[in-house]
Amino acid sequence: MSGHILKSTLLAVLGKASEPRERASSAPTSPSGKWRFRQHAAIIIPGIIIAFILLCAAAPGLVAPYGPTDMDDNAILAAPSWQHLLGTDQYGSDIATAIIYGARQSVLVAFGAILLGTAGGSLLGMAAGYRGGWIDTVSMRLIDIWISVPPMLLALIVAAALGGGFSSTVIAIASMLVPRFARIVRARVIGIKILPFIAAAQAMGASRLWILWRHVLPHTGSVILVLATLGVADAILIGAALSFIGLGVNPDQPDWGYLLSEGRNYLTDAWWYATFPGLAITLLAVSVNILGDALRRRTDPNGIRK
Amino acid sequence: MPFLVKRVASAVFVVFGAITLIFLVLNVLPGDPAVLVAGEGASPATIANIQAELGTNRPLGVQYGHYLWALAHGNLGTSFATNEPVASRIWAQFPPTLELTVSSCLIAILLGVSLGIVAAVRQDRWLDRLIQTVVLFLTSMPPFWIGILLILVFSVGLHWLPAMGSATVSQLILPSACLGFNITGQMERMVRGSVIEVLHEPFVATLRGKGLRELPILFNHVLRNALIPVITMLGLLIGQTLSGVVVVETLFARQGLGRLIVDALGVRDIPVLEGVVLFISIFYVFLNLLIDLSYAWIDRRVRN
Repeated sequence: MSGHILKSTLLAVLGKASEPRERASSAPTSPSGKWRFRQHAAIIIPGIIIAFILLCAAAPGLVAPYGPTDMDDNAILAAPSWQHLLGTDQYGSDIATAIIYGARQSVLVAFGAILLGTAGGSLLGMAAGYRGGWIDTVSMRLIDIWISVPPMLLALIVAAALGGGFSSTVIAIASMLVPRFARIVRARVIGIKILPFIAAAQAMGASRLWILWRHVLPHTGSVILVLATLGVADAILIGAALSFIGLGVNPDQPDWGYLLSEGRNYLTDAWWYATFPGLAITLLAVSVNILGDALRRRTDPNGIRK
Repeated sequence: MPFLVKRVASAVFVVFGAITLIFLVLNVLPGDPAVLVAGEGASPATIANIQAELGTNRPLGVQYGHYLWALAHGNLGTSFATNEPVASRIWAQFPPTLELTVSSCLIAILLGVSLGIVAAVRQDRWLDRLIQTVVLFLTSMPPFWIGILLILVFSVGLHWLPAMGSATVSQLILPSACLGFNITGQMERMVRGSVIEVLHEPFVATLRGKGLRELPILFNHVLRNALIPVITMLGLLIGQTLSGVVVVETLFARQGLGRLIVDALGVRDIPVLEGVVLFISIFYVFLNLLIDLSYAWIDRRVRN
């Protein structure tokens, strides 16, 4: 995505924070205009958690207490202790280490799916919304059909048809996100297309693609950013579910869903085995949801003064 | 009447589209079903044999025509794994899934509506904040993790409820709680938003001005208006539940359509996979049709 979109979106997101809010209930505004932690807590705290998870994904070796293949024969299915903070698995491997090394797969799947899903949904939504006419009618009917298959089932048959593994998981999750994104982007584009500056650009003889790129996309950017953020949580959950039923990424690189499904076999002996990978998924999904909500509140078109 | 006709026609169109979509996904995407059935390292001859057996070596248009023709006669094909007709396997597995779907939706409606109303009435107070936090976690937790925690507490820890099986009512409690909790959050948010919106309408101020107390206002006037849009939410919830049955039935070792899908995945039984996904999608489309029609019946404004 090009620089000016990111910039205008970031400005919209961060710039709003210092302005007095119309809805006092959504976040307290400091009267002195000073920067207050509480005002930004909904962005900072989840931001730190997400940053830590991204660090685990990028450089697990820096964070993990043990190596990914280390096994301790004296600590098979050992309960959490100072040696193994989150306990060990059936081979005596440290579960905290497995979770840290599993972050990469889970995060890559979620981000890959979001990139693909947002790109596809935005293109489809912008084409349908801006062109209107038969293109709009046909795409909307297609989307009706697309969402008639419950999301998880769609992801499941796509993953099964593609044969499992990383890229098929990413495509499967994206296939479930595209129609939802397209609908919302389309609605937003229809709202923008009637604004006077679009008519002005058209009168100046600007080409359709140029108007879409230079005028429509920047004004849709904030909606896309919010959708993408909130979509990450869905992507994580569906990715974990696919791993859980054995359709996900490679077992050589176990992700959180896979760890959870392994731990399920030891529920009576080792509560920690399934509990902590699930906690990691939840923590990431909660953080992303809080962040997404905060971004939505700050970029809500209703909150922007006309 | 035109509304009814239009809505039914569009549902039929969507069902036809879903049949085509599922057929295309399972037959056109790379990944030859014959290769999947043959397993890794099978010789080209074996694969060609399986292709001939499955009929996947015919042109796609012919396969699609045959598939539609069979569907029109109520024939969903034959399972690769057991050689049974797919339709009879689906009918056998449908009741437990229906039970699970209905009971988890009931839990979600009861919990979601009551929490939503309480949160709306106490908007921005600590009780509302508490409910919003709980709801945030409920919607962010993977359903199968909720299930695992429920098993750890109520089966492994307290020995109150069984974790496995689908024969008795007590075996239905944990799975439906697991799925129900998962969708409670969305229900609660929808109800809360809707009630808050209605509470700010002028007629509520009028009622207060008349001297009516808060509780009669809430129950006789506000909820009546606020809960109508929530009906449309039901369709979405059912879609989520039908998505969730796949993992929840596997986790709790229940019988049902979700389990059938996972088993079919394990042995690459494409006709069963195709049949179950199609069946669930059609079920989902017609439930949404019913919801839309009942909505139009309750709220006459929609018909125009």
